[in-house]
Amino acid sequence: MDLQKLKTRTGKAPKAAKAADGLKVVGASVPRVDGWEKIKGAAKYTDDLEFGPGLLYAALVESPFAHARIKSVDISAAERTRGVVKVVTGRNFTHKFGLYMNDRYIFAKDVVRFVGEQVAAVVATDPKTALAAAALVKVEYEELPAVMDPVKALEKDSPLVHPDLKDYSHVPWFFPKPGTNIAHWRKIRKGDLEKGFREADLVMEDTYTVPRYAHCAIEPHAAVGLYDASGRLTMWTSSQSPFTQRHVFAETLKSFGLGHKDVRVISTYIGGGFGGKAGVTMEIIAAALAIAVPGRPVKLLWNRAQEFYNTYQRLGVTAKIKMGATKDGRITALDFKLHWDAGAYVEYGANVVNAAGLSASGPYKIDNLSVDSMCTYTNLPPCGAYRGFGYSEFLFGLESHITRMAQKLGVDPVAFRKKSAISEGDVLPYGAHMNPNGIREAIEKVEKEIKWGVKEKSRDPNKAIGKAVVCFWKSPAMPPNASSSAFLKFNEDGSINILVSGMEIGQGLLTVMAQIAGEVLAMPVSKIRVETPDTDRNPYEWQTVGSHVTWGCGNAVKRAALEAKERILDLVQRVHCLDKSTLYLEDECVKCRTKPGFALPFRDFVINGIEAEDHTFKGGPIMGSGVFMPEFASAISNPETGQGGHPNVHYTTGSAGIILEVDRETGKMKIRKVALAVDCGKAINPDLVRGQIVGGLLQGFATVLYEDMRYNDKGRLLNPNFSDYKIPTAMDMPDEVVPLIVEVPQPDGPFGARGVGEHTMIPCAPLIANAVADALGVRIKSMPVTKEKVALAARAAR
Amino acid sequence: MKKHEISFTLNGEKVSLEVAPNDVLLDVLRGRLGIKSPKVGCDRGDCGTCTVLMNGRTMRSCLALAVEADGAEIVTLEGANTRKWTQRLQKKFHEKNAFQCGFCAPGVILSATELLEKDPRPSAHDIKEAIAGNLCRCTGYEPIVAAIDEAAKGK
Repeated sequence: MDLQKLKTRTGKAPKAAKAADGLKVVGASVPRVDGWEKIKGAAKYTDDLEFGPGLLYAALVESPFAHARIKSVDISAAERTRGVVKVVTGRNFTHKFGLYMNDRYIFAKDVVRFVGEQVAAVVATDPKTALAAAALVKVEYEELPAVMDPVKALEKDSPLVHPDLKDYSHVPWFFPKPGTNIAHWRKIRKGDLEKGFREADLVMEDTYTVPRYAHCAIEPHAAVGLYDASGRLTMWTSSQSPFTQRHVFAETLKSFGLGHKDVRVISTYIGGGFGGKAGVTMEIIAAALAIAVPGRPVKLLWNRAQEFYNTYQRLGVTAKIKMGATKDGRITALDFKLHWDAGAYVEYGANVVNAAGLSASGPYKIDNLSVDSMCTYTNLPPCGAYRGFGYSEFLFGLESHITRMAQKLGVDPVAFRKKSAISEGDVLPYGAHMNPNGIREAIEKVEKEIKWGVKEKSRDPNKAIGKAVVCFWKSPAMPPNASSSAFLKFNEDGSINILVSGMEIGQGLLTVMAQIAGEVLAMPVSKIRVETPDTDRNPYEWQTVGSHVTWGCGNAVKRAALEAKERILDLVQRVHCLDKSTLYLEDECVKCRTKPGFALPFRDFVINGIEAEDHTFKGGPIMGSGVFMPEFASAISNPETGQGGHPNVHYTTGSAGIILEVDRETGKMKIRKVALAVDCGKAINPDLVRGQIVGGLLQGFATVLYEDMRYNDKGRLLNPNFSDYKIPTAMDMPDEVVPLIVEVPQPDGPFGARGVGEHTMIPCAPLIANAVADALGVRIKSMPVTKEKVALAARAAR
Repeated sequence: MKKHEISFTLNGEKVSLEVAPNDVLLDVLRGRLGIKSPKVGCDRGDCGTCTVLMNGRTMRSCLALAVEADGAEIVTLEGANTRKWTQRLQKKFHEKNAFQCGFCAPGVILSATELLEKDPRPSAHDIKEAIAGNLCRCTGYEPIVAAIDEAAKGK
């Protein structure tokens, strides 16, 4: 293709003109504040930090079995190795940990539950010695029967991954079933399912399967720990969740005398997260090793293979759908059973299952609904957060099924979606009401963009063209009391530093926070510095996950800026005797509506105060702090019906459409055009929103077209590298990507904004599956939708 | 293991040091010479984040032994920052937000520098091919390709 076809509407010049809504800084595509540092190669990631010649390195001893009892661990040969400082095993750390469910130890204690699980670690003066000595640790195992499939794991005679499940502590909104492999069962029961099926003109059932996927952030996990003589543990981690890590470190290691005040987590830039660096994974090992070698910094780096098999992966799912709908395009009933393969430990993954269960209706009004979202232990690596948090997985089946239902009913699939799409005020699966949203506007934008309804023919007779339009939604999956906070400090020259603990994970958080404060305080972004957090210095943030930080952390920053503004106005009123209601901020000055010549620059007073007539000074350093917690949220509901709480704060909705060319013989697919419209409430920085759309789409298409984690029958991952687990290169870009922004304001969002980061990869799988069906008339019901599967299905259909 | 004394030019400066025969160039650059722009991403030549220029050509420093650098001219992004095409590329990368997390950016910019130094009028296909060995998980590549294209055209 030639360059003329590169029509992606990204990278537009910043809009200088004042927007219709009166906003100057918010709504402008200002360049990223972390720009030059990154493109000059100067940005520091955890492994780039220097710790001097005293730095120690760790290597792990890992389980070769999916399920086995540890009979003995002999560390004597490793300990004798020159350069080895310490060897630790599960005996040294006996406390369980977890984010939502305390179901694992730092090192396997008596039982290993997946291939690659850490059994012991060697700390040495250099990485090669650590690795060589780790190979000398002798572990004797007794192999146990293992289970790899979430449906088989429910059978009566299945091996139990956690026989002691009844003793595990967990958040009150999880419902484990001791004596089984069910770690959590989220049920939704709403309306009258049988009545709904009776009302339907068509009832259709089917099963859709989704394998596991890996995040593939280009930076592997990295952590450095130092436990010093003052009893303080400092951790440098590549993390989306410095405060959550601090909490888990402090709780898990409290028997060593650590309290929260003693634990400090410093997070530098991270080389991609996508959920994989949320919560705590390998960092807890580095924290434990630091405790084991007091006074010396110790570094733990994941290699690419470990990045695949021992961070959490995206959950696999077997989704059984039974749906009823009428000829006029109304979904009368949905019975959705989701069997999640959550792996050996579900301390984070169970919440994915929970979130998906609460929202498995998709963005549709369905009065009669039953959802069973079951988090099942298996002897495969643990699963957890991945951009989309369960929604990509259930939407593959749901959106595939809706298109099939519509076609069987003789209804246009897009008209069907418009009819069934959720509206503001509609009752959600758990009983609360839907927030304002622009889903219909999104559908209309997308169908126009791909010329839905116009059948296209390829110039190549061997190729067919298919189209599809699907919808998506997603809510942040947060505990009801997840909060954000911000400090804002003025400096002598009128510039400000903002301290937050939301993470810059590539999405542009630092820039967006600067824009929000800049808007309130009438300052350009160039006068505002925001940096990545240090939990000693920066105030609390729950985690940078769930696409919630523009909303949550943004609200905290806005409140901090408003507080600083109040202090400024109070001071000027007091000293200059001007009525506060006549004062306003403009161009980094305080101005007065009734006194046109009055303009007091910030730099003249924000630190040193204002000189009064008697030559005394009033005021002092101007600061602001802001806190945000969604005080309306609640996670407690009836466990049998899911009714009663308000677990989700709001949903971001949208729609995507595709024009796909498919080779009838080889199954090879080429994305001619893809359009995605997302209702972000208010695009604080439209270019960054477009960046999320373009990047998220390719990550989503990768899960449909290329990627797939393959395990053998012993639970060993067969493709833990980029040669065998192919992620897209520049050669795999769609021909044309059209990012579209819808703005129906979120009432409690900063300037109306709501999150957008995850949503852009969610619709990709059903887009491809439905477009393949449109092109060739074959239906693929298991991901990935590879060219091989398409070619074989097309051949079978001929 | 017998150590080898090697000398090479690193970002315009002469360096000499002793290395083991199995020391990897990337580890020596990062661990002993304080050069941090080439990153460790996969350690097997798949991801391109360790890209450096050796005698003007891009290479995966994770696949090269340090002894192979003996007598060579090695340039990393720290040193390439002064090259004409690198500077033009960086300006466009900044304007077009052609990076997100930034981890792949040094490698991508060096690959694009090599391309434009050889051929200042590349086609879209040439651009994509030139950076096909540099994996980026954030951007979807669109803004990167557009930035390289605009840098080439002097827009």
